[in-house]
Amino acid sequence: MTAPVLRVEHLTMRFGGLLAVQDLSLTAERGHITALIGPNGAGKTTVFNCITGFYKPTEGRIALQFGAPQLWEALETLTQSGERGHVRADGSLFLLERMPDYLVAQKARVARTFQNIRLFPGMTVLENLMVAQHKELMRASGWSVLGALGVASYRQAEREAIEKASYWLEQTGLTERADDPAGQLSYGQQQRLEIARAMCTDPVLLCLDEPAAGLNPHESAALGDFLRAIRRDHATSMLLIEHDMTVVMEISDHVIVLDHGVKIADGTPDEVRNDQRVIAAYLGVEDEEVGAAEAEVGL
Amino acid sequence: MPAAASAPPLRVVRALRDGALTALIAFGLFLPLIGFNTVQNIRNELVLETRWLLLFAMVATVAVLRFLYILVVEPALAERAARPPGEPHPISPTLKRWRMPGLLAFLVLYPLIAVLIAGPAAGKVVDNFGIQIMIYVLLAWGLNIVVGLAGLLDLGYVAFYAIGAYTCALLGMHFGLSFWVLLPLAGILAAFWGILLGFPVLRLRGDYLAVVTLAFGEIIRLVLINWVPVTKGYAGISGIPRPTFFGLPFLDVPNGFAARLGLPFSPLHRLLFLYYIMLITVVIAAVMISRLRRLPVGRSWEALREDEIACRSLGINTTNAKLAAFAMGAFFGGIAGALFTARQGFISPESVNFSESALILAIVVLGGMGSLPGVAIAAVVIIGGTELLRELGFLKLVFGSEFDPTQYRMLLFGFAMVVIIVWKPRGLVGTREPSVVLKERKTIDASLVREGHG
Repeated sequence: MTAPVLRVEHLTMRFGGLLAVQDLSLTAERGHITALIGPNGAGKTTVFNCITGFYKPTEGRIALQFGAPQLWEALETLTQSGERGHVRADGSLFLLERMPDYLVAQKARVARTFQNIRLFPGMTVLENLMVAQHKELMRASGWSVLGALGVASYRQAEREAIEKASYWLEQTGLTERADDPAGQLSYGQQQRLEIARAMCTDPVLLCLDEPAAGLNPHESAALGDFLRAIRRDHATSMLLIEHDMTVVMEISDHVIVLDHGVKIADGTPDEVRNDQRVIAAYLGVEDEEVGAAEAEVGL
Repeated sequence: MPAAASAPPLRVVRALRDGALTALIAFGLFLPLIGFNTVQNIRNELVLETRWLLLFAMVATVAVLRFLYILVVEPALAERAARPPGEPHPISPTLKRWRMPGLLAFLVLYPLIAVLIAGPAAGKVVDNFGIQIMIYVLLAWGLNIVVGLAGLLDLGYVAFYAIGAYTCALLGMHFGLSFWVLLPLAGILAAFWGILLGFPVLRLRGDYLAVVTLAFGEIIRLVLINWVPVTKGYAGISGIPRPTFFGLPFLDVPNGFAARLGLPFSPLHRLLFLYYIMLITVVIAAVMISRLRRLPVGRSWEALREDEIACRSLGINTTNAKLAAFAMGAFFGGIAGALFTARQGFISPESVNFSESALILAIVVLGGMGSLPGVAIAAVVIIGGTELLRELGFLKLVFGSEFDPTQYRMLLFGFAMVVIIVWKPRGLVGTREPSVVLKERKTIDASLVREGHG
């Protein structure tokens, strides 16, 4: 039994009169790929934005933990204390709903990609990956003072950052394009670069928002292999929003289905695939038929 | 028009025809506007005057310009459009290697060249075409950090210039601090005010940020005008102590610089001294800014300009990055202000009105946002060009004795703007140099670089 890396409890997000996410609870296991699927407008991206701190949830608790799993026991005391998180030598526990977006990335080590790719188009591929290592480089440059003086330790840190970037360039097959502006890459390359950039932050949890959108079947399969390789070689858990069911069913360990902001199914890919409510939600059957289907599965 | 380009005689005919047509239109337009002038005579009667010579000169200028445009500019533009984009002119490696040292050597020798060529007028040349241009280079580089790198539109930049200048003037007058203490102090105080301004306004973006910074510039100016006990209001502060050469003042006194060194006194010494201070400051600023650009903080500025949300998703505290950009920009503005008081010995709110902000912003935009050399070239062209207009006395022979070339400054300025917008919409140097390279350095085409959103 692995411990969860992320626990979302009773998450509700309201935009004025619109209830985008309603009382959603989910768990992402450590080292797993957890897929979040559902029809358009189901609230998947809203959940992502709440987890990554871009939205403040109306209600609910979002807890992320890495390091020693025993830290989960401190969850209730942390919630009571009103603090953002516990940082200990053997691990950390954070309440993401209390943190601004950049701290979710910096301290809680949650990285994300965007549905409409957000690279730095006028900067080179390598620069994109260097910006991702801002935290380490900033510290190494002595908040720019030592770096401006050209201290050797900073130059060493920069070399290491370039090495790490080179590793991810190799992984994504972008080494040849390292010195080209990111805006010149093809769509598929941009998508890979965005994942590489997120991985350069050394994330504990990687949130991927439709990484296979716009890819052909061949590229989708390659993406699936790439994500599995990341899971295998790095201590990164993944949360995945995806419409391409082949990719989802192939690589996910766990699938959660949302419809109209409500969780309608939660289980292994096989369980979800055969769930009548999921089929109904996706195929958009008549309400009576949903009722009939629900009766059939005993709801 | 490739067909026309291959047939030059045809082009000449067309240019002549177009020139004549333009002359006709210009004549029709200018006849009532310039040809006739109404003046009041001594008995307050309105008298109609004619200015045929001026009218003729204007019409001729317009016609000749149109002729030249068709003959020279149009084929050049067509050729440029035909060239595949993204392939900049190759620069020979020797030129590339010697460009910077050559430029530096020229700048160091510039006053000597001025003395050799201009003789007694060298002081004016060094002052107007050296020191003044470099003050604007410094200002424009400072604003370039905020606007060009971080992509934050700041319309009140001159406020920091004012803070630097008044810091230098007031502390120098009242506390007798030396220029060498005041120079960094002016920069630091301006940076402090940059942060102070930054805190409330940096949550704003785009037009809103521009308006608030504009207001900040006006507030500073109005405070300087109205806080009479301290700033002496409109009258300004005069008699500000000038920088000295290690304690030796540049005055015609027994312990002055010239007397101590056994030279005949000349006001040129002070200007040369100031010129070299300026030059050193500008060189240090260039090194500092280009280093900052390659540091994580500089990269975060550019990333901020490219995509702020992506920055935050990577754990960059965008508020801090913006504050750092504001503070750095303000720092250079403050330094430039201190050097301005050192040059003038006088400061008044007149020198820090909005048109200065607009001028500095124009330099940054024309130079190409983010590019140090581009911005420096733009400063030389615009400030040097304005100064040059003062020297064009011979134009009076053409346009009549009442013609004052400096009055056409704004017209020519606007014209230059339009030309650059048509010819190079992203400024003189629109391409971007990458801050870090894996294998091969490639410049980035302007079309990919974003302009920032606030």
